[in-house]
Amino acid sequence: MTTAVEVAKPPVRPAGGGTRRPRPGRLRRVGLPYLLLLPALILELLVHLVPMVIGIVMSFKELTQFYIRDWGTAPWSGLDNYRVSVDFDAPVGEALLHSFLVTVGFTLLSVGLCWLIGTAAAVFMQDAFRGRGLLRALFLVPYALPVYAAVITWVFMFQHDNGLVNHVLHDQLHLTDKPSFWLIGDNSFYALLTVSVWKGWPFAFLIVMAGLQNIPRELYEAAALDGAGVWQQLRRITLPSLSQVNQVLVLVLFLWTFNDFNTPYVLFGRAAPEAADLISVHIYQASFVTWNFGTGSAMSVLLLLFLLAVTGVYLTLTSRNRRSSRAR
Amino acid sequence: MRTIRAAATGAVVMSLALAATACGGGSTDGGGSNDSPKTLTYWASNQGASIEVDKKVLQPELDKFEKRTGIKVKLEVVPWSDLLNRILTATTSGQGPDVLNIGNTWSASLQATGALLPWNDANLAKIGGKDRFVASALGSTGAQGQDPAAVPLYSMAYALYYNKQIFADAGIAQPPATWAELVADGKKIQAKGKQVLGAEGANVAENIHHVFVFAEQHGADFFTADGKPDFTSDGVVAAVEQYVGLMAKDKVIPQGNAEYAQNQSVSDFAKGKTAMLLWQSASANLTSQGMSADAYGIAPVPVRSGSPGAGAQVNSMVAGINLAVFKNTDNLDGATEFVKFMTGDEEQKILNTAYSTIPPVAAAQSDAAFNSPANVVLKDTLAKSAAALPQVADESQFETTVGTAVKELFADAAAGRAVTTESVKARLAKAQQQMPAK
Repeated sequence: MTTAVEVAKPPVRPAGGGTRRPRPGRLRRVGLPYLLLLPALILELLVHLVPMVIGIVMSFKELTQFYIRDWGTAPWSGLDNYRVSVDFDAPVGEALLHSFLVTVGFTLLSVGLCWLIGTAAAVFMQDAFRGRGLLRALFLVPYALPVYAAVITWVFMFQHDNGLVNHVLHDQLHLTDKPSFWLIGDNSFYALLTVSVWKGWPFAFLIVMAGLQNIPRELYEAAALDGAGVWQQLRRITLPSLSQVNQVLVLVLFLWTFNDFNTPYVLFGRAAPEAADLISVHIYQASFVTWNFGTGSAMSVLLLLFLLAVTGVYLTLTSRNRRSSRAR
Repeated sequence: MRTIRAAATGAVVMSLALAATACGGGSTDGGGSNDSPKTLTYWASNQGASIEVDKKVLQPELDKFEKRTGIKVKLEVVPWSDLLNRILTATTSGQGPDVLNIGNTWSASLQATGALLPWNDANLAKIGGKDRFVASALGSTGAQGQDPAAVPLYSMAYALYYNKQIFADAGIAQPPATWAELVADGKKIQAKGKQVLGAEGANVAENIHHVFVFAEQHGADFFTADGKPDFTSDGVVAAVEQYVGLMAKDKVIPQGNAEYAQNQSVSDFAKGKTAMLLWQSASANLTSQGMSADAYGIAPVPVRSGSPGAGAQVNSMVAGINLAVFKNTDNLDGATEFVKFMTGDEEQKILNTAYSTIPPVAAAQSDAAFNSPANVVLKDTLAKSAAALPQVADESQFETTVGTAVKELFADAAAGRAVTTESVKARLAKAQQQMPAK
């Protein structure tokens, strides 16, 4: 009994050294940042990770309307949904590939034009002039408008019979032999591109304009004293100074444009013309229109992998460029 | 610190609980209950000229129902563009309305989800039995051989609406009974500078309704007897080619209509731009757009030869709206009572008059209120020469894939590209390949 009582005694802390228990104040200091991060982590878990995991699980299931009410009971289909999606000789895969290629072409053109127009506008607005503030506010209008309202307005303007676009191009400028169709057929690609660029370039303008604020004016003054013209200043000072801003801008624009659902959906409805069959609407159709939720999930996972790969390569390349430019 | 720790613990527990719920895979609730006997939620489809019009029509009836039964009905009018997605979402989550409207062509597809209450004999007996309903309307309530997944609420049929003044100006004495007559009349109408026939070329659902009727007139069907897609048979190809040919070959549908999808063809007709329109129960819509009832006439949709209404001469789909109950409702008795109320003789007369539709309830249909010339045409069509769209589980997918193929063919026609038997067959083959594999 005596021994047992002695064992139960707390260990005697060696005086003047050895392991010390962390004081409560230190624990608080170390733990507090994690505690503060916790709400964000929980929300991230709920909003992104849980649905993502569910989506991945669904992609391995034969999920149609017969199982949607209790999708957990849908039979496993292994890799079938992925096989169907990437079988480019069969109709589903062929349509997905077509949609992917349309989306790549559309994204490259849209991002390129958004960047070009946004940069040109920001450079133009760099110097103070009367009315600059008003013009700057006007430039940002497309970015500030609700997407639905803006795109519906474009739908009216693209109408074949009564639309403003045909009125200007055909009736006033006589650039076309007859009024064109913009919301069906091949031209739908250009209609979509127009709306996308109109909607996207103000963001590029905003970011580039912010980047321009960080370039010291002295550089331009020195260059001007050395005889550099506007074009040389742009090439030698403005664009190199904006490179890091542009890297982020292009990545964000790329991801937004590649995944854009609202613009094509509002413009064309749930059955987009073949020429403007963007992958986001295509996957929506596979999932919610033809009710092949399993195949739609597999397509979403493939898209996610593609975007992750592109982003990874892009970030690797741009960080390597940054390192090499610092080394120089 | 204690407060923060408690909050953090609470947050973690809540997140795990929510995550567990999210992973649960939807409702497994097998049937309804009467846990909430004093309220009902009702999703109505948009039937009137606007959602506000629907609320004005429906709310007095819901108030009447509340006065009689003490059950409050919360109404939400859902636009057609959202309705199917909303129903699917509700099906997945198990958090849907108690009672809802569905397009009658969706009945079999939604029945396959298992989310709708089956109307077996016992349930039908609670609302007066199935003999109360017109047979053709009851034929669009679910797959053959199964209990109906819904009960008919409003019936509609396609008819040919024609502008009397334009016809008189063109010297046409009576509306065309065959497609050949329609094309011939079209030339006279075009000579007077008017458009001939309106269509909604980019509206997937409208496309499918029309090509279904053309296929029936060619003696073909989009599905085999055992429910497999059969979109490329000669009859179906000829039917689609004939319908799109009204624009591509016969030039009676204006090319601009290829991009119509928002009922612009109804507006064109109401404004007197177009001489004819194939539409279902358009009267209320035309009135709301300022066209007086005596400015237009209503005739049966043309057929290939002979006269419509003679057995196999199908000239319309059985169009309409059904009323369904979500299986996991918390007010099963109240929902059944509500269906009985809405399909009662009195409410059927009020509602179908407001929407210029035909009551699918036989006793209400025979009421004098539905004996106007327009309604006689629609009633005759429904009784004698209308056919239900295929009541198969893949019906919804069929509407989308074939409807989209027809939209693309109209786009070809509008662009001046030839629409040939081969191009039609190729589009339909692609549509068939997009159907879910069995």
